[in-house]
Amino acid sequence: MTLLKGASAAEASPKPRPLDASSSREFIRIREVGKLFGGRGPVVTALQDINLDIALGEFVAVVGPSGCGKSTLLRILAGLIPTNSGTVWFGDRKLEGPRHDIGVVFQSPVLFPWRTVLDNVLIPIDVQKLDRKKYLSRARDLINLVGLSEFEQRYPAELSGGMQQRVGIVRALVHDPAMLLMDEPFGALDAMTREHMNVELQRLWMAQSKTILFITHSISEAVFLADRVVVMTPRPGRIAEVLDIDLPRERTLDMMTTPPFGEYVRRIRAHFGTAGVMD
Amino acid sequence: MPDLSSLDTPKNRILSILLLCLVLAIWQASPVLFKIPAFILPSASAVAIGLWRGLTSGLYLYHGAVTLFEVLAGFALGGSLGLALGVAVALNRRFAYFIYPYIIMFQSMPKVALAPLFVLWFGLGVTSKIVTAALVAFFPMMINTISGLTSADKDRIDLILSLGGSERQVFTMLRFPSALPFIMAGLEISMALSLIGTVVTEFLGADAGLGMLMQSMNFMMDVAGSFSILIVLAVVGLVLNHALVMIRHRVLFWERLGRVDSGAAADTSIAEPTAPQADSALPAQQK
Repeated sequence: MTLLKGASAAEASPKPRPLDASSSREFIRIREVGKLFGGRGPVVTALQDINLDIALGEFVAVVGPSGCGKSTLLRILAGLIPTNSGTVWFGDRKLEGPRHDIGVVFQSPVLFPWRTVLDNVLIPIDVQKLDRKKYLSRARDLINLVGLSEFEQRYPAELSGGMQQRVGIVRALVHDPAMLLMDEPFGALDAMTREHMNVELQRLWMAQSKTILFITHSISEAVFLADRVVVMTPRPGRIAEVLDIDLPRERTLDMMTTPPFGEYVRRIRAHFGTAGVMD
Repeated sequence: MPDLSSLDTPKNRILSILLLCLVLAIWQASPVLFKIPAFILPSASAVAIGLWRGLTSGLYLYHGAVTLFEVLAGFALGGSLGLALGVAVALNRRFAYFIYPYIIMFQSMPKVALAPLFVLWFGLGVTSKIVTAALVAFFPMMINTISGLTSADKDRIDLILSLGGSERQVFTMLRFPSALPFIMAGLEISMALSLIGTVVTEFLGADAGLGMLMQSMNFMMDVAGSFSILIVLAVVGLVLNHALVMIRHRVLFWERLGRVDSGAAADTSIAEPTAPQADSALPAQQK
């Protein structure tokens, strides 16, 4: 059973991709970014000295324990909160608020219960006042891509958790954003569904050629999905290591039991062995 | 209300009717049985006769229409003002800051206590009743609108903002629909209070209405008549509430949706791991 009904073998084959970030066009440059929290209470350093470049079309996973500031980093990139220091560059423009070419996927599906699946997927089109008619077929294709065509006119309450999260993901793609920000999108799903969603997301990414920043606290999920894994440690939130994952695409769930995969996981886990318990 | 629908069997329905008959029989016999004089507790048949006379003579219809008009007018006036002010308070922090002390002061006051003043100011006609009903209907609507509009889910707000949406869009696309369950609940409370406010004000002084009729029957020691008006008022309250419940079901259609039984049709990719179990279960059922 293929998870992506629309993706033929040809579409799913990996496009030529630069392995080394420095040799590619840097789409996002995060420079010396810092973020403090706490109005009246004690000030907490959520992020400190964050430097990271993300290439166009790259899949970057950020992994770390709770409180390492990974969600804060995502919210900064989404333009939802300002930084206290440093700059984020999108192309040659400074980030100064929400952008129209970003799609965000949250941990919960964040669907509107009074809208059908199709109308939920069209939320970005409505918000950005784009022409619904022009995007209707794209929305339908995306819904078909995750196997929910029969549910187009259903309401979120009528879907399972995994199906709801798929709606949340294709909604983030409907306005054809250059970048997807995903904040632990599969954290609330059971292990079995989660693995399926990982495979599905990989194919979606290969078919849609988006730049993805994927936040997770599952090390194996990060290694499975990403071109590069950014390892973050808490108090203060900073980048401990950036690791290139040199595993061939398209990756399969069987790969997760191979020695190279295990070696990547071990290497990342070593950071948290010294930093404390990983939740 | 707990869900009692599973108990609604033919047998239980018959038992329920029998229970009603028993209650009516005890009521009918109580003047004799417990030696209660008729001017304290009239028998069921006396009340039924009073109700019949009042309905057939058109008396209850006329006064009922007056009361119903006052209730609905007060409800519409107070409800819409409550909604409007609730929106204003939820949207404008400065406005909220200045108006909140008055809201809290009025909220802790029993609003019907103003009814005698309203009769004094606006007279025995419908105006004083409408004003009282509007006043008591106003507060639950306003309070519920405020809490509804501020209840919107943080992630959903962030979703709209992250797409470059404006606060205005957050309001129309998210805050208002999120507030609808609260607003519908507010309407139900306001309707019930409007009826109370209207009848109480009619007690105090009116030239028409069920409350005034009941008061005059009390003066004439027509207790059976008073009881029959209580029944009419209960029916009026029930009908008004039921109308709102039906509207609520229509407006909040998504609250009554259940998970589709996906089975084989739907969730194929996720159902895959469990498919063998489902297959093996099928022949067993067919046997």
